Amino acid sequence: MATGSPSRLARRAVTSSAGPSGERLRLVVVGHVDHGKSTLIGRLLHDTGSLPDGKYEQLAAAAARRGVPFEFANLTDALQAERDQNATIDTAHVGFRTARRECVLIDAPGHREFLKNMVTGAAAADAAIVIVDAQEGVREQSRRHGTLLKLLGIEQVAVAVNKLDLVEYAQAAFERIAGDYTAFLAGLGITPRAVVPISARFGDNIAARSARTPWYAGGTIVDLIDAFTVPRPAVDRPLRLPLQAVYRFDHRRILAGRLESGTLRVGDRLLFLPSGKQSTVKTIEQWHAPARRSAVAGDAVGLTLVDQLFLGRGEVASRLDDAPSTTSRFTARLFWLGRQPFRTGRSYRFKLATQEFDGEAVAITAVTDAATLEGPAAPGDGGLSASEVGEITVRTRRPVVLDPYDRVPHLGRFVVVDGLDVCGGGIVLDADEAGALMPATSANLTRPVGYVSCERRQARHGHRGAVVWFTGLSGAGKSTLAAALERELFARGWEACVLDGDNVRVGLSADLGFTAADRAENLRRVAEVARLFAEQGLIAITAFISPSRTDRLRARQILGREGLDVPFAEVYLSTPLAACEARDPKRLYARARAGEIGEFTGISAPFEPPDHADLVIDTSAVGLEEAVAQLVEYLAPRLAVS
Amino acid sequence: MRRDHLTALENESVYILREAFGKFANLAMLWSIGKDSTVLLWLARKAFFGHVPFPLIHIDTTYKIPSMIDYRDRLVREWNLRLIVGRNDAVLAAGATFPAGRATRVACCSALKTDALHGVIDRHGFTGIIVGVRRDEEPTRAKERYFSPRNQAMEWDVTDQPPELWDQFKTDFAPGTHIRVHPLLHWTELHVWEYIERERMPIIPLYFDDGTGQRYRSLGCAPCTGRIASTARTVSDIVAELRTTRTSERAGRAQDRESEAAFELLRRDGYM
Repeated sequence: MATGSPSRLARRAVTSSAGPSGERLRLVVVGHVDHGKSTLIGRLLHDTGSLPDGKYEQLAAAAARRGVPFEFANLTDALQAERDQNATIDTAHVGFRTARRECVLIDAPGHREFLKNMVTGAAAADAAIVIVDAQEGVREQSRRHGTLLKLLGIEQVAVAVNKLDLVEYAQAAFERIAGDYTAFLAGLGITPRAVVPISARFGDNIAARSARTPWYAGGTIVDLIDAFTVPRPAVDRPLRLPLQAVYRFDHRRILAGRLESGTLRVGDRLLFLPSGKQSTVKTIEQWHAPARRSAVAGDAVGLTLVDQLFLGRGEVASRLDDAPSTTSRFTARLFWLGRQPFRTGRSYRFKLATQEFDGEAVAITAVTDAATLEGPAAPGDGGLSASEVGEITVRTRRPVVLDPYDRVPHLGRFVVVDGLDVCGGGIVLDADEAGALMPATSANLTRPVGYVSCERRQARHGHRGAVVWFTGLSGAGKSTLAAALERELFARGWEACVLDGDNVRVGLSADLGFTAADRAENLRRVAEVARLFAEQGLIAITAFISPSRTDRLRARQILGREGLDVPFAEVYLSTPLAACEARDPKRLYARARAGEIGEFTGISAPFEPPDHADLVIDTSAVGLEEAVAQLVEYLAPRLAVS
Repeated sequence: MRRDHLTALENESVYILREAFGKFANLAMLWSIGKDSTVLLWLARKAFFGHVPFPLIHIDTTYKIPSMIDYRDRLVREWNLRLIVGRNDAVLAAGATFPAGRATRVACCSALKTDALHGVIDRHGFTGIIVGVRRDEEPTRAKERYFSPRNQAMEWDVTDQPPELWDQFKTDFAPGTHIRVHPLLHWTELHVWEYIERERMPIIPLYFDDGTGQRYRSLGCAPCTGRIASTARTVSDIVAELRTTRTSERAGRAQDRESEAAFELLRRDGYM
């Protein structure tokens, strides 16, 4: 029987001893301030015999020296400030084991001021116990924490109604609070696994059934912990491998990252987004481990590819037929922790898997008070304040790769950085199709049959098809170099043709003007035509300023669509503005300076240089002949028929 | 198909090490020659495919158990490591140490370890320091973040730590400050030894009973580090012993017991 003097309690229900370590359940205890979270954890540690010898006696002696009663909470409230205030400030992780399993208990603070610490603790958990005071009932943080558990994706939730000793172990008091809070959770879509009446201070229904709650037929807290499960890695979800880095410590070029979902084997064909590049897994590299040919979700891996692709951090590998969305608009549910409110029209830094990008909310469509679930209400002018939850539409500066949270959680959640600090977290509700560059999955992977095959065309031409996409300022030398390259390739007996403004604008795009939308559409058409040429085994050379990263990325994706495997070479003519302006063959710069032409790239409209061009040539520093030689040197091995 | 829990721990640590290497241009790893930081070094070689692409810092108090230095120098040669040794020469010259000088144990720790580390960080301009602390070692470490900021005076503000969720770590920081990176935070003492056993990793023999019926469970300076009664002579023996032990790991570390908040105060000032 539990008594008020814990030191006399027998360690009977469970023992902490023995056995190899194993899989650990991570369990967070949340709830309103002073409802007894740390006390429950201290009691669990004590009653399961998880404390080192002498630890209880040491803390009891310390409390006696300070002239205060011993508190179980002091086992995790390790900071002096926490002991002084009898309140948890920051989250603590402590290990313990029941007779059946190993567990990490995560103590989370209940004070609103320390919500960021509660989120930190809860985000690391597999399961949660929300603790509610039997005397005080459901309070603001009880509800807010429940809402955050849902947003953080914690699916296993149970409730402990604590301090039953203060209501004389009355069933009615328990039933009322259990009913209130279960109804609140139902509004969130959470059904608690159990609701347990406890007194953490006196040990009722913690490790052993209490005789003081004969009306309660359910299990103890320890029973509850034993019934939770550790979630499986997401092996059944689509393959997602966000690249952390590409290493070249030795002769190997190794793509490093964690396989967040799915499974991977040597020989698998991978699509990398946002670049749209493709290759095949050649090896899975490891140090001091047996050779392996496969990896599963959760594995930190290193890959080499059959092709030498230029890839960097932030690219996401997937299968060709099951790719994530690439988009510059998405909707999300965001919880905010920052001291300054989250506002529309302000640029923030987002971190999603290994991607980092700038973006802004173009709309905050709903704000829910996480503590009452009232709303969704239209937001006021104040944006999203600390501890509020809102639905937002984000526009990003460059295309990002993501999934809705429900589809692939690891690619569907992000944090928001304001200044130097993480100030919020969110889950992706939907990738905006209008902003998507390519459909998330290609519905029709079959390609027309019955035509002359790609292989036979290649055999006749003696080379593969390709697209050489020039980009650069007006006057950078795109048309000149495209024409010279065409002549050189033709002289070598290769089939090449140039697409530029002169031959595209008169017919194919005769219906288009020069608005931003029309320019983008013009480039889309050019990319589609270039793709058709390349499919026939021709080398399509395009010469357009194409100042937008998004437009160039879309061209690359159009070429790689449906698994078409032909090289796309983005060639950046980096000739400086001053040199281009000095050339000014059509006097366009002069007219732009005079204000006769609006939105002129380099003068009154931006040029977004490529981060990862396949080739960079500055025609003010390199002569025409040398530039053509560099291009041929780059193309020749890539166009060889294997 | 799923991985055993040691592989899961390894995967998480490797991920963190790669994040740290990608985010901090000037990164170093603290290596005390003990089991934890040697496991960390091993994990770095896993993360970077046999390479250790940053220097190691060893804080030499000159009171370390002598065979630790021999062992350190051997591994530096064999594993081709870059080593920076930090030492607080001023305090050592003045003799303000424990037990010979007038310093308390805590003041001695603070001068010979914390201040020496501060000196190395300043001299080399490190912005990220990888440290092998674990949550289960000690209650203030149970409250640590994987990426934990330190201000210009190297102090840890335990009452205002950054949020950390979904493996998105704090990698933005003000000039002059640095981030402590803790890839082993989620490991336990038992995990460390089970991993050493699984990997057949080399480990300094001070952890084994040398025939006297005693061994070190935690390594530190000779004057402040006690041995425990144990007949464990192999890694497997230690694993077996830890599966049933009921005493805490730092029980042999005398500086922790000078006052109730001794360790917290040390750590707030920048101790590991």
